[in-house]
Amino acid sequence: MTVESTAARKPRRSSSSRRTSAAKAPQSSEPQLVQLLTPEGERVEHPDYSIDLSPEELRGLYRDMVLTRRFDSEATALQRQGELGLWASLLGQEAAQIGSGRALRDDDYVFPTYREHGVAWCRGVDPTNLLGLFRGVNHGGWDPASNNFHLYTLVIGSQTLHATGYAMGVAKDGGDSAVVAYFGDGATSQGDVGEAFTFAAVYNAPVVFFCQNNQWAISEPTARQTRVPLYQRAQGYGFPGVRVDGNDVLACLAVTKASLERARSGEGPTLVEAFTYRMGAHTTSDDPTKYRADEERAAWEARDPILRLRTYLEKQKFADEAFFTALEAESEALGKGVREAVRAMPDPEPMAMFDHVYADGSSLVDEERAEFIAYQASFVEEGN
Amino acid sequence: MAAEKMSIAKALNESLRHALDTDPKVLIMGEDVGKLGGVFRITDGLQKDFGEGRVIDTPLAESGIVGTAIGLALRGYRPVVEIQFDGFVFPAYDQIVTQLAKMRARSLGKIKLPVVVRIPYGGGIGAVEHHSESPESLFAHVSGLKVVSPSNAHDAYWMMQQALQSDDPVIFFEPKRRYWDKGEVDTETIPVPLHRAVTVREGSDLTLVAYGPMVKVCLEAAAAAEEEGRSVEVLDLRSMSPIDFDAIQASVEKTGRLVVVHEAPVFYGSGAEIAARITERSFYHLEAPVLRVGGYHVPYPPARLEDEYLPGLDRVLDAVDRSLAY
Repeated sequence: MTVESTAARKPRRSSSSRRTSAAKAPQSSEPQLVQLLTPEGERVEHPDYSIDLSPEELRGLYRDMVLTRRFDSEATALQRQGELGLWASLLGQEAAQIGSGRALRDDDYVFPTYREHGVAWCRGVDPTNLLGLFRGVNHGGWDPASNNFHLYTLVIGSQTLHATGYAMGVAKDGGDSAVVAYFGDGATSQGDVGEAFTFAAVYNAPVVFFCQNNQWAISEPTARQTRVPLYQRAQGYGFPGVRVDGNDVLACLAVTKASLERARSGEGPTLVEAFTYRMGAHTTSDDPTKYRADEERAAWEARDPILRLRTYLEKQKFADEAFFTALEAESEALGKGVREAVRAMPDPEPMAMFDHVYADGSSLVDEERAEFIAYQASFVEEGN
Repeated sequence: MAAEKMSIAKALNESLRHALDTDPKVLIMGEDVGKLGGVFRITDGLQKDFGEGRVIDTPLAESGIVGTAIGLALRGYRPVVEIQFDGFVFPAYDQIVTQLAKMRARSLGKIKLPVVVRIPYGGGIGAVEHHSESPESLFAHVSGLKVVSPSNAHDAYWMMQQALQSDDPVIFFEPKRRYWDKGEVDTETIPVPLHRAVTVREGSDLTLVAYGPMVKVCLEAAAAAEEEGRSVEVLDLRSMSPIDFDAIQASVEKTGRLVVVHEAPVFYGSGAEIAARITERSFYHLEAPVLRVGGYHVPYPPARLEDEYLPGLDRVLDAVDRSLAY
């Protein structure tokens, strides 16, 4: 159905005809990306993926990206101030997340990693709720069913299997909703992701595998994960793979929408590789200057997803100065609100750790809870 | 027809059939569970009667089986997954331990994961490596999981029903060398709760605690001990997580002596947990230290040596003698 789908692609001559470049060539080459908005903010057409958005919708995408980035930078600052134990920044990946997130219908279901703050935003999850995990007051913080947005998953790649199983269930139920599994380039090395591809393929599950290839798995480059462009992995499993410019919100939206439609109509899974860049650290715990060059970041900054849409909006006169000024104010208000909410976030009651371990209860947990209560009570008595 | 004599394998098959019949959300998943009916035929005939949508042959990928079962459970299904043999559960161990066990607590109770993981376990059938292990302690150690093992056909039938009705993940260890042992199955009488231990033989001199494949050995040991004038009580634990310590305590406070028997290595095994807790609970009632009989801290040996490795009648009786000698 698509030029970019691996099934339709001809083998690239460069990797087969030049022996010396066997290990290097697939990495250094960049297969053509699906792109609808260039880094210079020019609209371009693609033969397979088109999109027609009103100025208001375009401003909406811009607003989503700006607010998500503002939220993210606030969280990074809160970590530096000791309010969060850790933060996984999405800086640079706003287009991949907002584009794919806005392609979803309410009844679709999302299985994220731990960096999908922009997708969470699109799903209507209160941003403050994302911070509980990183502040250390809970391991989740939201009801997955209320936004069809599963809890963050920290074990790399695990959630791709949950997404696939969930999608198998959707198909059994006869619904036409779809499921999206988010993961990164590093996760593609995990066995679970390979198994998820296998299960999704053989059961024709309505799932979209949305890989944000941000080029780095902590300090390991994509070259340490694969010899072939990641989207081409899909071919071996028997479903299409597409590489999209992950810094182009329009292309991410169009490609995800098409992949979701494919899933809805019973055509099975698609692998979308959003080719993007993590501009910050993996998390606040690592220091990217130790493992990558400044020039690399500079080159990617020129492809900034937010700037390019702003350029386009301005050129087309789809947004005026008042819009940008109002958004700036909204942005600051969001940051302030998040800051206040996090600082006000209470520590959980100590007894809470015994709650919700089992649905049907457990005599062992009951026994240890009773011991804990008695132990706590002994301090109170001494104090009095 | 309230009571019928059948093997443990047949009882499990009947139990799964009943579940598929009464709850449209129940699914069976695993390698070879469909046409073949499982390598031990526990799911024999079920795909034929309930279709490929309910009894699902899966790719050969244990993590995938458990991981997709989690997704199906999140969608409202109640999957029963079969791991073909004990030693093959480890590729799925990550999904079981990091995901299945913890998701409920992480969601503050919003998520329930009614997944049953069936694992044929234990030795004594002359199998090749990875086909005879007893990894139950590795699962019992993990909070969020429940771990059970029936020792007879009646329990096999009912404990499977109860595991399927539980909203918690249950690791269901099936004693494979007892699959063909027959016993009465009463399909109508309301059963004992899933995590309650059962006294399978009354006695007054010493308590033997066992579960799964070792219950039969302990009953034989108790019968042999009786010939020597010793009255041995035998408890079938049935549940390794949680453990019915109240039942063990009551028995030990009657007999004053406790020997725990299991196939798994003694080191860090469930016997260690039982010994420690009972020592705390019943210190002044104990006439002897709690003794343990089990496997050695070695890889499960080649089949020609398994009779030496597995606790048999003599090793259990030896422990009984040692306990009574204090």
